[in-house]
Amino acid sequence: MSSPNLRKSPAHFTMPKLTYRVWKVWQRNFDVFRKTIKVNFLPSLLEPILYLVAFGFGLGGFIPSIQGQPYIDFIAPALVAIAIMNGAFFECTFASFVRMYYQKTFDAIVATPVSVEEVVTGELLWGATRSTINATIVLAVIAIFGLIKSPLFLLVVPFAFFGGLMFGSIAMCFTAIAPNIDFFNFPSFLFLTPMFFLSGTFFPLTSLPYAAQVAAMAVLPLTHVVNITRAVVTTHVEPILGLNPEILLLISLAWIIAVAVFFFIVSINLMKKRLTG
Amino acid sequence: MCSQEVLIEAKQLTKKFDDFTAVDHIDFKVNKGECVGFLGPNGAGKTTTVRMMYCFLPPTSGELKLAGFSVNTQCREIKSIVGVAPQEDNLDPDFTAIKNLTVYARYFDIPKDEALKRANEQLKFFQLEEKREVPIAALSTGMKRRLIFARALLNQPQILLLDEPTTGLDPQARHLAWDEVRNLKKKQVTIILTTHYMDEAAVLCDRILIIDRGKIIEEGKPAELVKKHVGEEVLELDYDEKLLPTLKEAFPGADFERLGDRLQIFTDKPHGVFEGFLKDHPMQNVTIRTANLEDVFLKLTGRGLREE
Repeated sequence: MSSPNLRKSPAHFTMPKLTYRVWKVWQRNFDVFRKTIKVNFLPSLLEPILYLVAFGFGLGGFIPSIQGQPYIDFIAPALVAIAIMNGAFFECTFASFVRMYYQKTFDAIVATPVSVEEVVTGELLWGATRSTINATIVLAVIAIFGLIKSPLFLLVVPFAFFGGLMFGSIAMCFTAIAPNIDFFNFPSFLFLTPMFFLSGTFFPLTSLPYAAQVAAMAVLPLTHVVNITRAVVTTHVEPILGLNPEILLLISLAWIIAVAVFFFIVSINLMKKRLTG
Repeated sequence: MCSQEVLIEAKQLTKKFDDFTAVDHIDFKVNKGECVGFLGPNGAGKTTTVRMMYCFLPPTSGELKLAGFSVNTQCREIKSIVGVAPQEDNLDPDFTAIKNLTVYARYFDIPKDEALKRANEQLKFFQLEEKREVPIAALSTGMKRRLIFARALLNQPQILLLDEPTTGLDPQARHLAWDEVRNLKKKQVTIILTTHYMDEAAVLCDRILIIDRGKIIEEGKPAELVKKHVGEEVLELDYDEKLLPTLKEAFPGADFERLGDRLQIFTDKPHGVFEGFLKDHPMQNVTIRTANLEDVFLKLTGRGLREE
């Protein structure tokens, strides 16, 4: 007589059951962040300044204008979008992997009433928080440079959290399947770097062929994040695919929400599978 | 024995990893306040069993209940009353010793002041007060083990799972850990202990389960197991082929075990039988010692080395 095999079928995807305990995991990461705030703060502050000086003032001097804007105005909101992308992506790949694999921090936490799903969600929320912090720093820098042209610019802060949640959730899927830490070179070079250049960041997407615009809108999350940060920081919206601004922004917002929700659930399930074997 | 409250119960508990069966249809019960030792060679399934107890690994099949809660459906309830000192170091290297404890207490919803109070008490008991503000990387192996033990007690558990709690400890620290186990037994805390140190199991455990290749191959009280399997005394002498017939004649039915150039003789005859023999046959380099749990362990699980 054999007892029923509980885990015979490949664990099917479930909606994660979450409680307030996700914030205890978040709090743990926040405590570490506070302790190392100076090291964390400086790169996020220096990087946008360097970009603004090199590209905005340096290169920008040779570019008369882009779609009626000075070049520096065009790239400033893209720098905010890039900060949103990098913040959560690096937190939920390298940093989460170190905590999971080397430090065994997740193992320690799941021996308490906090569940695996809550640990992963806490990590995702923390990744989103890093995006928000980084984006806010960049926003402050471009404000000091006088590059904010819209009263709606503060919407960047809450938006950064949701954008960060999307990037963090995608990143966490890579973490769930990473055999070792070097594995993250693949998503960094094959996913992040192309996005960095090809999402309407440093030159208009509309200068690319129609097919490339379709591809950027279909598969590059950063395109949508740039569309929105550009709209709320400078009121400018690129006429990608010839769409009118309102439609384009709605598409971008819907795209981000859908992709964020999808990968949020997928990443938690994949991590659960990895961690509970 | 009067009817006691069963706190941990496993029925046909099984854990498979792909094709490898780590735990193979085991049954056991642990009563409230009991300290039960899980002994077994590396890879026997001890740690896997312990990990299923705190919901770290889901069972492949079978039942496992702690305090009436099932590991399949009631992990939150189980984990709030269980304290875990895992085998590997999973202290948080991003924090100091005290912060490791207070952050861990937070996962249990222990209020901040209470957490700090308990953390300080634990640091004091485990003689880590001087290391309060020291980062984990600066602690010795023994200090880390003590801190892990301390951390497992923060939620004042009813059930304590100690997976090789004294590996790497010096004798002083080991005795400190043993004292704490005895204290907890007095407080009716139920304890599961895995260890490779037979003396530790013999001293601390009310009952022993010997596990090998995923199965429980023997269980009982330490002293009873010794008596049952290896008798009271062991005669150890230099191996000499010429002597064998005499010895076999003198101790009929005894177990003879050769270890390199030494010979061990186990007999179920009562105390004193070897002494009488040695009076008549004086020889060099011979010892009579009390049989112990290690003899039982080696007899039951063999002498071959096991790889992890």
